[in-house]
Amino acid sequence: MNDRWLILGGLGLFLLLVTWPLWQGLAAGTTSAGPQLPKAKAGTVCVAPVDWMRSSHMELLMAWRDGKVRRQERTYLGSNGTSYAVSLSATCLNQCHGGDQEKFCSRCHAYAGVPAPDCWRCHVAPVRTAALAAGGAQ
Amino acid sequence: MKLTRKNFLRLAVGGAIAACSGALTRTVRGQGLVGTQPQTDDGVRFGMVIDLQKCRREAGCSLCRQACHQAHNVPEIPDPQHAVKWIWNEPAAKVFPAAGESFSARTLPEQLPILCNHCQHPACVRVCPTQATWKRGDGVVMMDYHRCIGCRYCMAACPYGSRSFNFEDPRPYLLKPNPDFPTRTIGVVEKCNFCEERLAAGKGPACAAACPQGALVFGDLSDSASAPRQLLEGRFAIQRRPELGCGPSIFYLV
Repeated sequence: MNDRWLILGGLGLFLLLVTWPLWQGLAAGTTSAGPQLPKAKAGTVCVAPVDWMRSSHMELLMAWRDGKVRRQERTYLGSNGTSYAVSLSATCLNQCHGGDQEKFCSRCHAYAGVPAPDCWRCHVAPVRTAALAAGGAQ
Repeated sequence: MKLTRKNFLRLAVGGAIAACSGALTRTVRGQGLVGTQPQTDDGVRFGMVIDLQKCRREAGCSLCRQACHQAHNVPEIPDPQHAVKWIWNEPAAKVFPAAGESFSARTLPEQLPILCNHCQHPACVRVCPTQATWKRGDGVVMMDYHRCIGCRYCMAACPYGSRSFNFEDPRPYLLKPNPDFPTRTIGVVEKCNFCEERLAAGKGPACAAACPQGALVFGDLSDSASAPRQLLEGRFAIQRRPELGCGPSIFYLV
């Protein structure tokens, strides 16, 4: 029974190491709550129901991209009967979602651990235009 | 006559070769590998007539280039090997090498504007492996930057040097970025789009609108009443290297 303290100490050290990420998370104050995205501008209605957009916005964006570039489909009839101009930065971002992809797109993608597609390497949000010349709006 | 073993084999092999070659020819034709034509034809062929007499009056002018590059976020890269150009001035001897030696070459201005010719039979479209560049029914040769893989086959195929490659990120070289038009990214090819975004809004190309002399006249070449066709009726016009068979839609009035 002389090894009692050695065994208990080892067990304690083992527990500490196994639960280390928990303590680290607590110390850093991280939570599992999602990012608070900017509310859509008052009076604007999304082109499709919100639940569908949350799960399938990528499909809509792909369809818009191919339709506009290759088939010249420049307007989109939303689910609410309103007609929208097909434009990632002018319609989606600037008209409704706060005008800044860092606040709307990137934060949610980072939280979900989904690598952001490279839309913004070419497309540019109007609020970020000034930073472009300095190469700052990546 | 008795069918010998040798003759039987000859007949069998000959028949098999004939059947295979017929099937192969049909397959190749069916896949469109022989002679690719534009997908659709709207009965419209957009083109431009550049009046060199008027252009000459403004020697040294680059307003068309400035307007275009400003509207489309074309970067001003100082390194000539990395430069990106949609419309720009080039010495007449380079634009029309065949006229370079003759005395009539003096009728040409020293510098004249060149841009994508939006050919009837574009070589770039034929070679693009991803269909990132294609010819629209109205004659505009378009680029889909989403699809471009940067292989630069189109640049090798274009006999007019109308295409530029983004060897580096163009964004730091934008002087006054235009928020209404996307930039490009490193690794894609780009060129003049005949201002298709302005055409959709019912406006003509930015270069034509910027020219103080009205030297660049845009319109539908298949419509005999259009402004460019009216100009072509009355005066002698040349195209760049028409003998190559690409069918350029840019005409230069001399």
